[in-house]
Amino acid sequence: MSDIIRRDPRAEWIARNRLHPLHAAMQPALHSWMGPNGVIRKNPHGVGFIGPNGIKRIDRSGAQQGGAVKRSATAQVQLPLHQVPAPAFYISVVPDMVGGRLSSHDRDLLGLAHQLAGADGAVLAVVFGEHKESAFATAGVDRLLVLEGEEFSGYAPEQRVQGLRAVDNQFNPRHWLLPDSRSGGGELGRRFAAALGERPATRVWQVKDQECIGRAGAGLQDLARPLARLILAAAECAEPVSETRHEALPVELSTSVVRSLSRIEDLGAVAVDPAAIPMAEAEFIFSGGNGVKDWALFHQTAAALGATEGASRVAVDDGFMARDRQVGASGTWVTARVYVAVGISGAIQHLQGIGACDKVVAINLDPGCDMIKRADLSVIGESAAILQALIAAVEAYRNDGRRDAA
Amino acid sequence: MSTNVISLVSIGAHPTSGRPRRADQDARAVELGLQLAGDNLQVLHAGDVAEPALRAYLGMGLEQLHVLEQPPGADALPALTAYLRDAGAQVVLTGSQAETGEGSGMLPFLLAEGLGWPLVIGLAQVESINDGSALVLQALPRGQRRRLKVKLPFLATVDNAAPKPRQSAYGPARRGELAADDVEVVEDELLAVATLQPAKPRPKRLKVIKAKSGADRMKAATAKASGGGGQVLKGVTAQAGAEAILKLLIEEGVVR
Ligand SMILES: Cc1cc2nc3c(=O)[nH]c(=O)nc-3n(C[C@H](O)[C@H](O)[C@H](O)COP(=O)(O)OP(=O)(O)OC[C@H]3O[C@@H](n4cnc5c(N)ncnc54)[C@H](O)[C@@H]3O)c2cc1C
Repeated sequence: MSDIIRRDPRAEWIARNRLHPLHAAMQPALHSWMGPNGVIRKNPHGVGFIGPNGIKRIDRSGAQQGGAVKRSATAQVQLPLHQVPAPAFYISVVPDMVGGRLSSHDRDLLGLAHQLAGADGAVLAVVFGEHKESAFATAGVDRLLVLEGEEFSGYAPEQRVQGLRAVDNQFNPRHWLLPDSRSGGGELGRRFAAALGERPATRVWQVKDQECIGRAGAGLQDLARPLARLILAAAECAEPVSETRHEALPVELSTSVVRSLSRIEDLGAVAVDPAAIPMAEAEFIFSGGNGVKDWALFHQTAAALGATEGASRVAVDDGFMARDRQVGASGTWVTARVYVAVGISGAIQHLQGIGACDKVVAINLDPGCDMIKRADLSVIGESAAILQALIAAVEAYRNDGRRDAA
Repeated sequence: MSTNVISLVSIGAHPTSGRPRRADQDARAVELGLQLAGDNLQVLHAGDVAEPALRAYLGMGLEQLHVLEQPPGADALPALTAYLRDAGAQVVLTGSQAETGEGSGMLPFLLAEGLGWPLVIGLAQVESINDGSALVLQALPRGQRRRLKVKLPFLATVDNAAPKPRQSAYGPARRGELAADDVEVVEDELLAVATLQPAKPRPKRLKVIKAKSGADRMKAATAKASGGGGQVLKGVTAQAGAEAILKLLIEEGVVR
């Protein structure tokens, strides 16, 4: 809906014309007025409006339409801004930034950081390398420190520890919070703890009254201890920030980070067989449904893209895919970061299964189907033609020596 | 192969009964060590030599298991650091997290820091070892692998991506030798301030809907997951559509 208030001459004409059948519906709803004797009169019939099917509807939510047509654009709710002009102390958070964005685990951690920062402290997020996140402000970041440089790119845990040490020297945060995750935070936090000589609280799931509780051993026991300076927290350790907006002011290191001689050299990712990755864990799923007519082409495309294959129930029931490839309510709930749905209409049972997916791409003939509503990018067209073009494009991209990357 | 490998093992606990057993990840460290060094593998434990669960490691085909004898509650780190410094190992393998006690997973990090060795997390496979460095595969989340070149000697942790441990056989477990060493005992000061308690089940996170009106709440409860505002390419050629898809896949880093 647009903000511009437009006149509707036809509606105005109907409102003036008492003989028009729609005249009553165009009158502003007048529920009560002062009678001639000073008594408030109410018109019980004036409540509500005539809906599109000619039935009277009463909307008690307060946003009545119909009679008095309110043309208001849905106002973007502006959350109150939380400012920390002169932080008394810092709470430092090092988010994982899987795929360049804050994960839900990172957001939980920022929520925990705010719990610890209270009103005087500032939450400082330390991010390595380039990122694609645009929502630092609403996630609860007061100060943002981006450590850029090719020495931090790729797998460089030792160099990152040097970066964190520099941050520690300059800002001297009261607490360091890292996600205790397999995707980087658990490792970086432990390396940093070993370098600082601090004993971290690990797998923390609750912080309360200067005490933190974390899982111990194989998960049969909890370890309760006084709040540590370095906390490696589990997912859902606190509620994410949702009611305030934050400044996310950029800050910088005043000193340059020491270059450590790397004893571990990153030789890059190794191609793994995508079919061997369990579907529930796969990062990139290429899924086919009833709209795929040429299954050989579908398999060829998945291989060209290096994606794990998935399927809708119809494709499985028709025997084109194995049962363990079914995505959805009665199949596997997937957590892929990128999900490509080819010829899948997006039945609710299927959409439930991809609820955790980050980016959804749809290829479909029908521009009105539910998958298109869910998708971040949809291409309307015949699946076979698009798959063929996709194979050609991937091959061109690979042959091009990655010159025209993105 | 003349690689000198040491695997560090601890006592595990069965996930439901809590009974002592061989720790799963440590058994994987032994398995990987056996594949690397064969009979030359040394296995090391810091703790009680009389613990019967230690024999489960011997049952994997080891002749001997070295034990640095310590009472429960002692800090294993100084003893292990001192031992490893002079042991002349090229590769030291550990599990990534103990199944009993604190289980913070800090031990390999502190060992590496103390010894000044590089540390590889989540070792899945050692591809080759030659002149002073090793090519290894590191396990990443979601079944991915990364190839690393690391200088010898190094420490590595293994997790569930490492090869499955072989079964423990009864005969070798009986025959194997537990060799105890006496070491200096250092108390772990953490246990003075922290308390171990039975794990509390974590509450499930509630889906809180912050809606001002009943209609909004109804909408939130019944709405289908809709991204709302995705880009729709209609009436474009297949080539243009494919280019747009590929661009997104490259941006997300899933097509390399
Ligand atoms: C109890 C229950 C549990 C269920 N569980 C699951 C489940 O776990 N997983 C699941 O997937 N389903 C499940 N279903 C089934 C679900 O309701 C749908 O029937 C199913 O998901 C539809 O599959 P589809 O999208 O592939 O097929 P369709 O609904 O037939 O959709 C085909 C789509 O392809 C498009 N198309 C057709 N031709 C082309 C072409 N040439 N090029 C491009 N696009 C084309 C069409 O426009 C359409 O959108 C369940 C159903 C029930 C009742």
